[in-house]
Amino acid sequence: MNTRQQSKLIYSWYGKPMSSDRKLRTSQYKGIVITSESSRTETCIQLGDFILVEGVNADRPYVAQLLDLYEDGAQHKRAVVQWFCHIGEIPQNKRKLLKREISPQEVFFDQVLGYDTDIDAQTIIKSIMVIPLHPEEELPITLNKEQTFYVKQSWDGKCFKALSPDTFSKLKAKKKKGSTPDSSEPFIPSDILTPLKKETESVVRSATKPKNAESKHSVSKSSLAKERQSQRAANDIKTPTARKKLELSSPTRSKGRLLGSEVLDLLDDDRDAIAPLESAATKRKVTFTSDILGSPPKIPCSSDKSKSVSDTAEPCQRFSDTIRLSPYPKAKDFSEKAKNLHMEDDIIFLVGHQKPGTQSPVLTPRSRRTCAQRTSALIAQHISVLNQEDDLSSSDSSYSSSSEEEEEEEDVPCTPEKKTKSSRIFSTPKSSSKSSVHTPAKTPKKTPLPGTPKTPRNATPEIPRRSHAAQKPASVLEEARLRLHVSAVPESLPCREEEFQDIYNFVESKLIDGTGGCMYISGVPGTGKTATVHEVIRCLQQAAENDELPPFQLVEINGMKLTDPHQAYVQILELLTGQKVTATHAAVLLAKLFNTPGPKRKTTVLIVDELDLLWTRKQNVMYNLFDWPTQKHSKLIILAIANTMDLPERIMMNRVASRLGLTRMAFQPYTYKQLQHIISSRLKDVKAFEEDAIQLVSRKQYIPRAGGMTARVVIMHSDKMSGFSSVWHNVAALSGDARRCLDICRRATEICEFAEPKRSPEIVGMAHVTEAIDEMFSSPYINAIRNASLHEQIFLKAILAEFRRAGVEEATVQQVYHQHMALCRIEGMQRPTVSEMMAICSRLGASRLLLLEASNKYLHMRVRLNLSQDDVMYALREE
Amino acid sequence: MKSAMSKRKLKDTCGASAECISQVQKILRERFCHRPSATGKLFGIEFQYRHLLELLKRTTLHGESNSALIVGPRGSGKTTLLNHVLKDLREMKQVRGNLLEVHLNGLLQTSDKVALKEITRQLQLENVVGDKVFGSFAETLAFLLEALRKGDRTSSCPVLFVLDEFDLFVHHKNQTLLYNLFDISQSAQTPVTIIGLTCRQDILELLEKRVKSRFSHRQIYLMNSFDFKQYVKIFKEQLSLPAEFPDEPFAQKWNDNIQHLSEDKIVQDVLQNLFHHTKDLRSLYFLLMLAVSAVTVHHPLLTAADLQEASRQHGTDSKANIVHGLSVLEICLIIAMKHLNDVYDGEPFNFQMVYNEFQKFIQRKAHSMYNFEKPVVMKAFEHLLQLELVKPLERPSARAQREYLLMRLLLDNTQIMDALQVYPNCPTDVKQWAASSLSWL
Repeated sequence: MNTRQQSKLIYSWYGKPMSSDRKLRTSQYKGIVITSESSRTETCIQLGDFILVEGVNADRPYVAQLLDLYEDGAQHKRAVVQWFCHIGEIPQNKRKLLKREISPQEVFFDQVLGYDTDIDAQTIIKSIMVIPLHPEEELPITLNKEQTFYVKQSWDGKCFKALSPDTFSKLKAKKKKGSTPDSSEPFIPSDILTPLKKETESVVRSATKPKNAESKHSVSKSSLAKERQSQRAANDIKTPTARKKLELSSPTRSKGRLLGSEVLDLLDDDRDAIAPLESAATKRKVTFTSDILGSPPKIPCSSDKSKSVSDTAEPCQRFSDTIRLSPYPKAKDFSEKAKNLHMEDDIIFLVGHQKPGTQSPVLTPRSRRTCAQRTSALIAQHISVLNQEDDLSSSDSSYSSSSEEEEEEEDVPCTPEKKTKSSRIFSTPKSSSKSSVHTPAKTPKKTPLPGTPKTPRNATPEIPRRSHAAQKPASVLEEARLRLHVSAVPESLPCREEEFQDIYNFVESKLIDGTGGCMYISGVPGTGKTATVHEVIRCLQQAAENDELPPFQLVEINGMKLTDPHQAYVQILELLTGQKVTATHAAVLLAKLFNTPGPKRKTTVLIVDELDLLWTRKQNVMYNLFDWPTQKHSKLIILAIANTMDLPERIMMNRVASRLGLTRMAFQPYTYKQLQHIISSRLKDVKAFEEDAIQLVSRKQYIPRAGGMTARVVIMHSDKMSGFSSVWHNVAALSGDARRCLDICRRATEICEFAEPKRSPEIVGMAHVTEAIDEMFSSPYINAIRNASLHEQIFLKAILAEFRRAGVEEATVQQVYHQHMALCRIEGMQRPTVSEMMAICSRLGASRLLLLEASNKYLHMRVRLNLSQDDVMYALREE
Repeated sequence: MKSAMSKRKLKDTCGASAECISQVQKILRERFCHRPSATGKLFGIEFQYRHLLELLKRTTLHGESNSALIVGPRGSGKTTLLNHVLKDLREMKQVRGNLLEVHLNGLLQTSDKVALKEITRQLQLENVVGDKVFGSFAETLAFLLEALRKGDRTSSCPVLFVLDEFDLFVHHKNQTLLYNLFDISQSAQTPVTIIGLTCRQDILELLEKRVKSRFSHRQIYLMNSFDFKQYVKIFKEQLSLPAEFPDEPFAQKWNDNIQHLSEDKIVQDVLQNLFHHTKDLRSLYFLLMLAVSAVTVHHPLLTAADLQEASRQHGTDSKANIVHGLSVLEICLIIAMKHLNDVYDGEPFNFQMVYNEFQKFIQRKAHSMYNFEKPVVMKAFEHLLQLELVKPLERPSARAQREYLLMRLLLDNTQIMDALQVYPNCPTDVKQWAASSLSWL
């Protein structure tokens, strides 16, 4: 099976070049033939056909119309397309413009500029149907969801418009044209005539009925595309590997898009059975015959023939096909067991078939031939409606089950009727007609609730609601506190205008150019890095909405919120495409995504917060992250945020650092003026603080970087603040942190409220701020020592004495004990026993006034002070 | 058990009293043993109590996110304070049903993965995902962050995270849990309040700079900052019987006695001594526990002597007891080691040196001591090794000869001399030898 999966899809031109341009060395063609080696089938796609194109997300291939095919100078097969977009491709905020529910089958005629319409022909998956509808029309019922799409409106990036009559007629014409036999017919391989339903049916019927590789077709489009993608990524094969024959044409064509009439539609999808309208019936017949006549199997071993010839060999082959089709291992197991048991085969087939249905609304792949699309469209319509109903019922539990009943009623009786009729009407082999009946009947029943994922993975956890409403701020101070909370979102970011502009310009220019790039942003915590970046993105999104900039996709990861650096891949991929895969697989997929040119690629803006945590020994996560933007087609802009300015030099390997580039920005710590400004701007009109108080807070936070990063600076507040002797600060950690500043203010309001609950003009004064600062920054050691018991203090003194005696800042407990006893003798106190001493020692050790060795050394345990001797002396002297 | 025994003895005299005594012991035992419960009293931390209560009230009523640390030495009442506040908070009408609590302990949740699972369990979010068992750590984290991100200040139920032994969470890899919790508290998500309890004064230095920046720097310090007068008052209050005690006259008598005791000089000395050693209330309770267990039907009221005895027990040196049970030969070896320590200023020694020292004593001075064979002395030495009175410098290896393994004595001179004083039937010459290694000269 493996070898088969890896077999190639061969893309070749159909016919002779229509025209060629000598200068450009291009030649145009009117069709392309996709040959699958494994199933030895061919499909032809012609200009004007609607096609599926491999996209970023394997679940959702792009829809497009083929406008041109040519081979460029480098012998690459290229295609020019007109895009259609899914609802998923439209920005969330624009979707509400539609004011209606959008079925997954509806697409929009894409008039957004800036998408590359020139794609690699090898990304074409297969052909489908796109049917234009008038805006007021309902989506018809379809059986074949994956095959048929409807277009009602166009989308130009800003708003939705009804299709212009011109476009409408063009699309319509395309459709019509497809329904008439044309020159491509002869080329269409015979397998088109053998739809998958046929085989399945035939299995049920008789064991001797020919089976073929086509059962593969029952796999959903999504899994097909996925397989293609993953395989390609995994094998790094340039040409798409063959999975299965891409299309299965149903033998009948009918014109009938019977708008609004469900019944007729239904009848019509049982296409072989009843001719819904006379015209349709005739049309169908005509088309069909023409099909048969016009398509002599070019390849001798095309499935239909081989089937009928080699009966015995077939079941096995079909088996493997089935296995391949079914995306769930369960089905595989079944099928293996069930070898040669045709009844079981059929069951397997159903299992395999039904499951993809739950995954995505798409179903059986069909022929891409335009003439074949008609019928399949009808089937797709039916399915889509049924699925829509399913959707409804899944989303709304109160939905009555009537539609499901109906659906069953419709399906069940249809089957036999169809069979008979089809065999009567058409001269095609029985099997084909049977199978074609079979699938439409089965599939709708078996595709339950595409909308509701059964996996709890998508369950949305939520913290329970509160039972009482949160109180509104009642006083000025409470209001102020609310605004001063770090989480409060300010209307603007004062004092970061320059940085904002720089980042904005950087991202904007890259967006406009459609290129990628990296920017490294550093700065100590609390200097507004992340806030500024978010603000930039918000503004850019605004601009993109107003259509001043090309649209982009935002992905944000935070190193601290990952459990492992490699999880970054998983998160990025999930945010980009919604897929959930393992880390290694995600890396492969992402690499493929960014390294290969993809159609319709939007620019991605990736914010990597806390970059330093993505460090691994081999640094491959960082390497990949910064390598992708340098790829030609990636259109990836990375904003990397970290604390240290010299991170690239310090922890990154040269090859990583060089990819990061030199676009860097350092956020300087806020100066006290800026902090003052920030607080004032937050408070705005709320008068809760005295002017001096704010100034004090700001000054407190801003400490000139005099003594190196780790030096401790004593700040003496002699003049204004009484009783506030010394505060120890760690410069590196405290300076210019806006968060800290806000916290101090918030605490000050609390102290103010707490101290004078009844005073009417509540205003935070100097004293409150001083108290708050004191509370937050006064060293706990001094207080802890002062409140220690007498013997604990003597023990500390004994340590100091021992240090002085030995001249080393380390002593054993025994030595300290001797000093301690001496001190006790001087003080005239009862001397403690060794056990009591050890207790004292371990207590001081637990609160980390002392640093201790492991206690099993008992008397020989070494002791060190965790604070400077001066501090201890200072604390003890005051008594 | 004690009361039952005494009941049997003194059935006739005071049956009611026996009932009282068991009642008294029950009440006091509950007071002394179940400390962190919210039923006990708070001493000297009214300010901190108000601060914490206000903080939590704001979280529940206004949905304000906060983070705070309660720092204080062991036994200073951190958990008691928190339990008190939570109990009072739960009794408030506006709070009921407005607060989810998550209690984590650094000793139980030893890694972020375990902690996250526990949080999910306590928030009862596992029901949301049905019977799904969480696959990976990453998934759990993403799940929880998603859950907390969904909420907003005004509508979500505030969550209180209590992290006991907070310092142990600091050692988790990258401090992921702390970063995320603090980050939530500083962003407009579900309102959360994080309360950490720790006894380490240097806790802020342990926080990673990004984590530290997100912490709101509220620290509530518990310092045992009372003086001796308050200490005696605590002693009195903790021993007093409540007014609702069934036997009122007995309670009256008991309380009077306690009042009397608290003014007694001996009792004050005992308390002062303990107070000088530690202000930790747990030690006081331990002392009182020892004293109260002496109360029987015979001896219904606590006396100063009981407390003195309890204090003596409380303060005994643990090694002294071991030395007490050694043989004379072993004592001699210890004395020999002591002399070696004196001579070589604490340098390590080996068995051979000890044996030589011992031989010198036997040959020159000893009258009462029998000259033991070397293997016998070796055996005694090994016994000391087993008792961990002697400790080898490095692990004994197969190659090194046992006699020459370097050792250290784990006893201080004072301990040895103290033990000799009370050693029963200690030969005089051994005592003399202990006092001075040069006494035979």
